[in-house]
Amino acid sequence: MAERSFAKEVEDLKLGEGDLFRGEGILAITKALLQSGVAYVGGYQGSPISHLMDVLADANDILDDLDVVFQSSASEATAGAMLSASVMYPLRGAVAWKSTVGTNVASDALSNLASGGVTGGAMVIVGEDYGEGSSIMQERTHAFAMKSQMWLLDPRPDQACMVNLIEKGFELSEATNTPVMLQVRVRSCHMTGEFACKDNKRPEFTLRDAMNNPERDLGRIVLPPAAYEHEVEKIKVRMPAAIDFIRDQKLNEFFGPTGEEKTGKTGLIVVGGMYNSTIRALQFLGLCDAYGNSRVPIYVMNVAYPTIKSEVDAFCEGLDAVLMVEEGQPEYIEQSISTILARTKSPTEVHGKDYLPMGGDYTAAVLTEGIGRFLEDHEPKQLGNRAPVPDPVPILTNPVIERLADVVPARPPGLCTGCPERPIFAAMKMVFEETGTHHVSADIGCHLFSILPPFNLGATTMGFGLGPASAAAFNVKGAKRSISIMGDGGFWHNGLTSGIGNAVFNKHDGVFVIVDNFYSSATGGQDILSSRAHNKRRNTNNSIVDAVKGIGATWVRQVDHTYDVTKMRNVLNEALTTDAEGPKIIVASSECMLNKQRREKPKVAKAISGGKRVVKEKFGVDEDVCTGDHACMRLSGCPSLSIKELDDPLRDDPVASIDDTCVACGNCGEVADAAVLCPSFFRAEVTHNPTGWDKVRANLSGSVIRYLQDRREKRAVSFEA
Amino acid sequence: MKDDTVKLGLKPTGPATERPISIAIVAMGGQGGGVLTGWIVNLAETHGWVAQSTSVPGVAQRTGATIYYVEMMRPGDGGQKPVLAQMPTPGDVDVVIASEFMEAGRSILRGIVTPDRTTLIASSHRSLAISEKMAPGDSIANNGAVSDAIGVVAKQEIVFDMNAMAVKNGSVISSAMFGSLAASGTLPFAREAYYDVIRKGGKGIDASIRAFDAAFDRTVNGPEMPQLEAPETPVATLPDSLRDKRANALLTRIRSELPEQAHAMAYLGLQKVVDFQDAAYGDEYLDILRNLTEADRAANGEAQGFAFTASAAKYLANAMAYDDVIRVARIKTQSARRQRVAEEVGLKTGQVLNTTEFMHPRMEEAASTLPVGLANWLKSRKSLYAWLDRRINKGRRIQTYRLTGFLPLHFVGALKGTRRMSLRHKTEVAHRDAWLADAAQALAQNYDLGVAMLTFRRLIKGYSDTHVRGHSKFEKVMQTTKSIAGRDDAAEWAQRLLTSAIKDASSKDLDGTIMTIESFSGT
Repeated sequence: MAERSFAKEVEDLKLGEGDLFRGEGILAITKALLQSGVAYVGGYQGSPISHLMDVLADANDILDDLDVVFQSSASEATAGAMLSASVMYPLRGAVAWKSTVGTNVASDALSNLASGGVTGGAMVIVGEDYGEGSSIMQERTHAFAMKSQMWLLDPRPDQACMVNLIEKGFELSEATNTPVMLQVRVRSCHMTGEFACKDNKRPEFTLRDAMNNPERDLGRIVLPPAAYEHEVEKIKVRMPAAIDFIRDQKLNEFFGPTGEEKTGKTGLIVVGGMYNSTIRALQFLGLCDAYGNSRVPIYVMNVAYPTIKSEVDAFCEGLDAVLMVEEGQPEYIEQSISTILARTKSPTEVHGKDYLPMGGDYTAAVLTEGIGRFLEDHEPKQLGNRAPVPDPVPILTNPVIERLADVVPARPPGLCTGCPERPIFAAMKMVFEETGTHHVSADIGCHLFSILPPFNLGATTMGFGLGPASAAAFNVKGAKRSISIMGDGGFWHNGLTSGIGNAVFNKHDGVFVIVDNFYSSATGGQDILSSRAHNKRRNTNNSIVDAVKGIGATWVRQVDHTYDVTKMRNVLNEALTTDAEGPKIIVASSECMLNKQRREKPKVAKAISGGKRVVKEKFGVDEDVCTGDHACMRLSGCPSLSIKELDDPLRDDPVASIDDTCVACGNCGEVADAAVLCPSFFRAEVTHNPTGWDKVRANLSGSVIRYLQDRREKRAVSFEA
Repeated sequence: MKDDTVKLGLKPTGPATERPISIAIVAMGGQGGGVLTGWIVNLAETHGWVAQSTSVPGVAQRTGATIYYVEMMRPGDGGQKPVLAQMPTPGDVDVVIASEFMEAGRSILRGIVTPDRTTLIASSHRSLAISEKMAPGDSIANNGAVSDAIGVVAKQEIVFDMNAMAVKNGSVISSAMFGSLAASGTLPFAREAYYDVIRKGGKGIDASIRAFDAAFDRTVNGPEMPQLEAPETPVATLPDSLRDKRANALLTRIRSELPEQAHAMAYLGLQKVVDFQDAAYGDEYLDILRNLTEADRAANGEAQGFAFTASAAKYLANAMAYDDVIRVARIKTQSARRQRVAEEVGLKTGQVLNTTEFMHPRMEEAASTLPVGLANWLKSRKSLYAWLDRRINKGRRIQTYRLTGFLPLHFVGALKGTRRMSLRHKTEVAHRDAWLADAAQALAQNYDLGVAMLTFRRLIKGYSDTHVRGHSKFEKVMQTTKSIAGRDDAAEWAQRLLTSAIKDASSKDLDGTIMTIESFSGT
């Protein structure tokens, strides 16, 4: 069960011709796939595509009704290879992932797919995780499209445009025997909007049809001499066909003055995704209204690759200069347009990254500045009386605000309240306090937050599931052992072979910690092979311990309750010191607390209201015992463990305090014990609907306790007036 | 629709020059920013407006800072749809809603709050960032800086504790913020329309509407009661007399032996040490204070408002009420403690409360409560000591309100009787006396330095290893300060040493400050 349920929203996927869809971008994309008659879909979760996978999973019944096969792929490589179903058969298929990281993983399959070509429409939906809020390296998917020659669609952030482009994209793929990529940015995935629906289409040709009538064609397989023929075909056949289709179907759009009205000397060429910000920038410059009626001609490339020469030529006709608006580097499209215009010795100058920044978000503010300077140099009269644009600089340079910059603390993401990974890193930090630090290779997943305060553990991260692999070189006997971390998601994605298999084969001496929290948690709690929940559509409950043993590991320890910090620490110590040969593997297992709470909380509430005996727990701190040294914070970072100022003038420093969001995971108490910090922590246990025996026992001990308390407190010196 | 046209010096040519209403919601992951965003979009759409929301959840959804953005506008003539932006432009946002006070500050730093157009709706409560929590002392960010900034940047400000208000009404902060948004008058929709949106949501409707109403009224009417400034010190004057004769005698001593400026702190300190031990210990506290007062007077302390004595009253009390196992056991078994926990967990009649303590006593602590002779004998018998340590040194879960847990704790608390003979007490007294002697000596030459040395006591806190580290920091700070005691600016350096020791757990900052001092003092 994923973190977010779309059970209600997926009902909208059943809307038909004439209905108006209203909702989030990812749902619109899913609906577009169904309207296109896909036969199969797959993919791998990761922002901003996680929710697309969640929507598909929640829509599984609807997909079944339409004869659409949906798979949660093991990795992006699996998803990419899945598209091979469209090679020989007229089957439409789509896969989705986070890019560029997912495209990196899938690129071997994509290269092969693009070389041989497809019969049925094949589409890769890439969530371009670029700019603010991104969790990955800043690169462009554009390069993959060019190198493998797959058409790259980059629709305007408008759901009707996105949906239309997906439908047309499948036609384009089929018309050119070429897989297509559809690029959507983070904000567009989570953007609300509306579009007029069509009926969903059942695939005319199904997977069953294909399997019962298998076909093959040696000419489609990447082996010489076919591989050379593929290259020729790409150049001579598929590219021209694509250019014709894109032009004829008007996938790219022209806005602003055209024909005789086009009297200005400048124009903007904008990739689809940049359109809304560009319009806002033009509005700030007084060149456009809120509805997109622009005084500057705009050529919108909803197809970012390939460049359509005839359209560029027509657009640039009569213009002195055009400005290319494309985010990220290098400036692939600007280069392409420069080449086109240079070859025909066109007088139109091409600009782009000379006015706009090479890297970073193209926000409305950035575009306003760049477009403004471009017009200033090439057609200043367009700027009219140069109306002032929104400018926060005067306020940001106010001394009061500048002072504020030193006050507002950074708020990095961290592990959730009650996260089972917290005690693992607390234990590791304790071990390092005794033995000194070790080299730690981190991985992708929630556990990567270990690199941030308060833990500050982890030197590198080389990609999903590659934590252990990235420790491969550190295989020297007698040196301080390296430690590598990997999550269960990364483990099944590739880590079992790339990390553990590699370590076993090469007799690696290091320590390998596999964080097993029963889900692909960082991406939103999707099920994976070792999930412990029952999932009627998937085979779960496959043991990680069995898997690593199966691949040849011998020193394997499982800690089945990570909150036992003392045990966790002892196991780590043992792994770092044992004489055993080969990799030392620790599988640290406890359920992701977000998922656990989502499941358990309603159950507990129901049991209590149903009169059942339930013990509810919460941790607390005795503020008179806490001395305010905050040693516990440096081993925790739990959101519910905070500090508070006391009213007591005798005390200078704030003390630890636990708020109502505590889920009683026990980490703070366990850490206080294992690290011998202090006796301030306690767990409060409230028994709801106590039994008779509960009450009798509480009354008995209560009366003795009260007697002893009274006796002691009566004797004390009293300062009452 | 707002009449804020593009800032052209030209006449607007029609509705087309208008811009959408823009709302940015700055929140921390998991605070319900998504729910509020959904409500706002829904509100606009049901009125025939075109609305669009975007967000960047990413990793920030795990407790980091994140931002949601909504734009809304009427369709144009002939139903033309506006092109809405996907992110806020600094200087061009109408409403900023911040679900936490420092996040309000962050939104100001992003430039999205500007005096010409922005209504800032912010909850004044704090959710501390990890950097604020980790420092071994007080490192909480200064709220005043944000308040000052809000005064400068916001066109309209609506600031109060929306979290507390929501919790009080059994709801979550998003409902309260929605109420304040409605009351702010920034959107052209009636109050009833907001209710409709909440009702459509389907979950916790009544509580949401209660919180919404409370926030709405609070926004319109301002705070119910003017908040009283907390007094500087809790007791401005001492009580005239106390019923308990033992306490009254001590009170009389404060009045007759100590300067008035130190009375309040001495009275608090006295209660602390008497509570820690007994009335005789209170006399000892006052004896020491009296001697320090004499030193203070000799150093012309009167002109300084007896700052040394007042400071000593505070830190001496902390030094004398040290954190030993006896004190911990007594606190855990107090009746007031159970009451406090019961309130904290909201215990209702008919429910049973228990607490489990997470304790890890070591032989060191156990031995130090023993009389000096016995403790030293034990320490000299290494194998016996180690054997006992193996028995004692382990994590213990003690159920406080079961007799099996309470009785042992009660018994440990009773060891108070022999505390003053214990090894721990001897160690503490020796340390205390040396510290006070150093401070008194410094006082004679440099009054401020004497006071600063008293405050070094702040470094000694925590238990076991943390306590040991505190001591070593104290030693470092004290020795370094003594090495430059002759300098005129010694007190300032002492203060700087203390600050760096408090802000950084790793001692790196402290060592840096020490190196700076050594570089100019030539030691």
